[in-house]
Amino acid sequence: MEIRTEFHKKLADIHSDVLAMGSMVEKAILHSVQALKERDLTLAEQIINDDININKKRFKIEERCIELIATQQPMASDLRAIMSVTSITTELERIGDYAEGIAKIVIMIGDEPPLKPLVTVPRMAEKTVDMLHRSLEAFYNHDDATARQIVIEDDEIDHLYNDLYRVLISFMVEDPKTITRATRLIWVAHNLERAADRITNICERVVFTVTGQIEEIGASKY
Amino acid sequence: MTIYNGACDCGKISAKGVNLHYGSFQALRNITLEIPQCAITAIIGPSGCGKSSFLRLLNRMNDIINGVRVEGVLQLDGVSIYDKYVNVVDLRKRVGMVFQKPNPFPMSIFDNIAFGPRQHGINNRKVLEEIVERSLRHAALWDEVSDKLGQSALALSGGQQQRLCIARVLAVEPEVILMDEPCSALDPIATLRIEDLMRALTKDYTIVIVTHNMQQAARVSDMAAFFMMEEDRAGMLVEYGSTSQIFTKPRDKRTEDYITGRFG
Repeated sequence: MEIRTEFHKKLADIHSDVLAMGSMVEKAILHSVQALKERDLTLAEQIINDDININKKRFKIEERCIELIATQQPMASDLRAIMSVTSITTELERIGDYAEGIAKIVIMIGDEPPLKPLVTVPRMAEKTVDMLHRSLEAFYNHDDATARQIVIEDDEIDHLYNDLYRVLISFMVEDPKTITRATRLIWVAHNLERAADRITNICERVVFTVTGQIEEIGASKY
Repeated sequence: MTIYNGACDCGKISAKGVNLHYGSFQALRNITLEIPQCAITAIIGPSGCGKSSFLRLLNRMNDIINGVRVEGVLQLDGVSIYDKYVNVVDLRKRVGMVFQKPNPFPMSIFDNIAFGPRQHGINNRKVLEEIVERSLRHAALWDEVSDKLGQSALALSGGQQQRLCIARVLAVEPEVILMDEPCSALDPIATLRIEDLMRALTKDYTIVIVTHNMQQAARVSDMAAFFMMEEDRAGMLVEYGSTSQIFTKPRDKRTEDYITGRFG
């Protein structure tokens, strides 16, 4: 017979809340790059406004974690899961900030003509969102193997970022008039690259939740 | 956190300015609190702060003590518990009690549960069988004892005995269940079982629990009241609020000091 059913239900509710917060952040990233592609300033404004909701969600989840720790004396994997939730929501909130950052860059760019067709940035965004989605699924399913795999995939994002960086540097060297536009694209890509690094932190928390080991997995080069 | 699980959003039990004296000794001073229906209210505080005395006021268990004097307003569903027209037997049917040490009667499991209903005049075997099964199911004990209802209740484990005592209370269909340290004689797993049962019972019953075990109060209750002693040893209510608030951000420094283990 299962005991502490009420506590485990509350813990499951928190897990669901983390997934819900993850969806909000995924949406923010995809929309930010969509706003960049389509020069959609209204969408960019909306992302900036919606970030407040992501932050609120984080605080709400954190409050629920504090309440569970204070009232339910969680132990072992339950305790690790709750501690991980507080870390993961911090990472999610920061990833949301990166999406907001991209939205602000979109507004800065305004209606300037594009420097080059956007290929790498959307690919980075798609890969980042895919990694984020699977990292949270891994957390939900206690799947440390997938979490470790996602950390390795971060290299792909780093490669995309480095390639784009080199291309944009060559644009700037060839024609200094492109410096402003190229720099802004570098900022966008950098935000995505940082977001992916945050996802590797989430994966480390998944491994901690499952195994109890606090470890840095495949230390990032950046 | 949901405080009121039931349809009613008013206080089931209401205490206003309650004083309790045992002869010249004042045991409780000016207690005012509303106990919500279909929720668990925990009373915590150091030894001797009047927790059990307050609990025992609620079904007039203090009546038998010589020199006891109660002042103030103490109401169940808006009717004074200490009104001279209140029938104490009826009151205790509505407000049942579970004690620290499981106290099954030295008789069969069936007869333990049927005891209360028989006292209230129910003798039809079929009706009693229904009551026994319903009460044991409600107390999460049926599956463990359904094939040995004729055996002595004293043969059950401590945790089972305590659930039996809860079933015995449920058999007379009370509205309120008072629990005085219901798990202090039980092992940790049996304790968690009782706590799960308490949570399940909040669907239909109002529960007031007195416990020394602060962690238990935190785990199981919706509302928490912190009592402590004044200099003359009279118990007083320091703080009352949702369990979540009391255990994460108490307003009173004395509550904070008590729950963080700085005194008590």
